[in-house]
Amino acid sequence: MKELKIVVLAKQVPDTRNVGADAMNADGTVNRAALPTVFNPEDLKALEMALALKESVPGSTVTVITMGPPRAAEIIRDARSRGADDGFVLSDMRFAGADTLATSYALACAISSLGHVDAIFCGRQAIDGDTAQVGPQVAEKLSLPQVAYAESIHEVGDSSLTIVRRLERGSEMVRMQLPALITVTSAAKDCRYPNAHRLLRFYDDEVPLRSADTIGADLERLGLKGSPTKVKKIENVVLAHKDAEQVAATPEALTGLAQTLIKEHIL
Amino acid sequence: MSKNNVLIYCELTDNNTVADISLELCTKGRQLATRLQGRLQAAVLGHDAAEAVKSLSPYGVDDIFVADDPRLAPYRTLPHFSVLSKLIGEQQPGIVLFGASSVGRDLAPRISSCLRCGLTADCTALEIGDHTDAKTQKQYKDILLQIRPAFGGNIIATIVTPETLPQMATVREGVMKKEIYDPNYTSTVHNVEVSLNKADDEAVVILSREIEAKRIDIKGAPIIVAGGYGMGSRENFALLHDLAQLIGGSVGATRAAVDAGFCEPERQIGQTGVTVRPKLYIACGISGAVQHRAGMDQSAKIISINTDPDAPINAIADYTIIGDAMTVIPQFMTAYKNNLK
Repeated sequence: MKELKIVVLAKQVPDTRNVGADAMNADGTVNRAALPTVFNPEDLKALEMALALKESVPGSTVTVITMGPPRAAEIIRDARSRGADDGFVLSDMRFAGADTLATSYALACAISSLGHVDAIFCGRQAIDGDTAQVGPQVAEKLSLPQVAYAESIHEVGDSSLTIVRRLERGSEMVRMQLPALITVTSAAKDCRYPNAHRLLRFYDDEVPLRSADTIGADLERLGLKGSPTKVKKIENVVLAHKDAEQVAATPEALTGLAQTLIKEHIL
Repeated sequence: MSKNNVLIYCELTDNNTVADISLELCTKGRQLATRLQGRLQAAVLGHDAAEAVKSLSPYGVDDIFVADDPRLAPYRTLPHFSVLSKLIGEQQPGIVLFGASSVGRDLAPRISSCLRCGLTADCTALEIGDHTDAKTQKQYKDILLQIRPAFGGNIIATIVTPETLPQMATVREGVMKKEIYDPNYTSTVHNVEVSLNKADDEAVVILSREIEAKRIDIKGAPIIVAGGYGMGSRENFALLHDLAQLIGGSVGATRAAVDAGFCEPERQIGQTGVTVRPKLYIACGISGAVQHRAGMDQSAKIISINTDPDAPINAIADYTIIGDAMTVIPQFMTAYKNNLK
C-alpha cells in the first residue's frame, strides 16, 4: 500500500474527576480556565491506532489537530513526543462557544485545508461532554464513510482497513474503504509512552496556532453563532431533603434496620 | 402541520423485534405529539420486519415508515443514513428522537450534520415549553426542552434548538417508561422506496458479527446494592456481591467506580448507564453526583452508607448510615441473617 496521510483529532479536556464549584460560566458554557486538563483518554487511544497504522505502512505521516485555547498546544507536543509527525491548534475567539455541529465544521475545514487525507482517527467521545457526536459529524461534512467504536485494526489491505468494532453487546468485523473516519473506543490498546528523546526535542517547539481565516471557513458557521443548540437554563440541583432516618453504625442499630426492612417486606 | 409531528427512529434487534429503547421513545413521543396536536411517526429500516412493524401500533404510532431492503440489515451507517435523511427531508417532522445506543449514537450525529440541526445527547427528560432568547427577546412557543445533567455533576441544563428543525435528541435505554397506549390503535403503514448508491453500500462491509446474549442486566432487579469510588477497590466490591447475593439483589455502580475498574460497565447506573427503579437501593460509598442520581432517584427506598455526612446522596436517602461500608456491610449482613425466620 502506498504511504498514508493520517490525521488524528484530539481534545484537551478538563479532568472531570477534579471538578470544582467554579466550573461553569454564568452563560452555561464551561469555564475552562478553572480546571486541570488532560489529553482526552480515547483520543490517546486513537493516536496509538494511528501510530501503529503509520508503522505498518512505511512513509506514512500522522498529523494531530486540536481545537481550543493556545494552551491546548500541550497535547500537540505530547502527541509528537509519542510519535506524531506534526500538528496544530485551531485557536481563535471566533471558535468559542461552539456546540458539536460548529466544532465538527471547523475541524472538517481544517482537514480539508490539508489536501488529500487517507484516514482520520478520533476518540469515540470526550470525557467532558460524552456526546460522541463530533466524529460522525466530521465524517459527514467530508462525505467520508465512518466506522465508530473501533477496538483494533485487524488487517491493513490495499486502500482498505479491516476493523474490529465494539457494540453494546458484541462486536463486528468490518472492512472499510479508505479514505474514511474511525472513532476509537476505550477498549482499544493504550497509547505508547512519550519517547524521552522526542520529549526533549519537541519540548520548546512552537506549535502552530491557526485562526479561522486560515482554514477557509464560513464565519457564520463557527462558534456560538454557528451552534443551533442553546443553553436555555442551568439549574443548580437543590435536593428536596427527605427526612432521612439516621441509623448509627452499630450492630444494635443495624439489627433494628434489618428488622424494619424485613417487617415491611422490603427485604 | 408537519412541524408538530414527532418521528422516532426505531432500532431493530438481531431477532428483528423493535428494541426496548425505541418502544420507550414511542411512549415519550406519543406524549409529545399529543401535546403538540401532531402525529407520532416511526421509521423502521431493516429487512423482513413485518412483525416488528405490527408491534408498534399499540404504542400510539400514527404513521409507520417502512424501508425494507436486505442491505439495511444488519445496521450499517451509510445505508441507514441515506434512507433516513431523505425521509426526514420529505416528512419534515419538528422532533426526531433516537436511542443513545451504539446505533443511535452513530447515526444521529451524522443526520444532524447533514441537516445542520442541533442534537442533544443523553437527555433524561423531554418536555414541550416556551423559550425567550435572552439577547434578542424573540419568543418561541411549544419547542422541545431537552433536559440533561451537565458538566461537573451538580447542574441540570435545559437545551433548546429554537432556530433549526428538526429538534433532535438521544435518550439512553431505560430512562423513559415503555407503556402500551391503546392495544387497538391503528397505524398507517407507508412503504419507503430504498435507492442506495453503490458507493454507500460498498464503503463498509460487515465480515462477521458476534452478538452476545446480555450477560449482566440489572435493569429489573428488585434490590440493588451499588458501590461508588469510595469503595476503594475491586476487591472491596466483592463485599457488595456478597450482600447482593444474601438479600437477592444485583450489584450496581457509579461511573467513577466503573472507570476505576471496580466492576463491569454493564453495571453502571446513571445518565450514561442504566436507569433503575428498584424497591430498595443501597448506596455504598457513593457521594451522589446528579448524573448518578438521575439513574436511581426513583427507587422506592434508599439506604446510604457513607463516611461523609454531607454526601449529596444522603439528601434523597430514607436511611443514612454514617460509617465505612467495609465495616457496616458485614454487620448488616449478620443482623439480617439473625433476624430471618
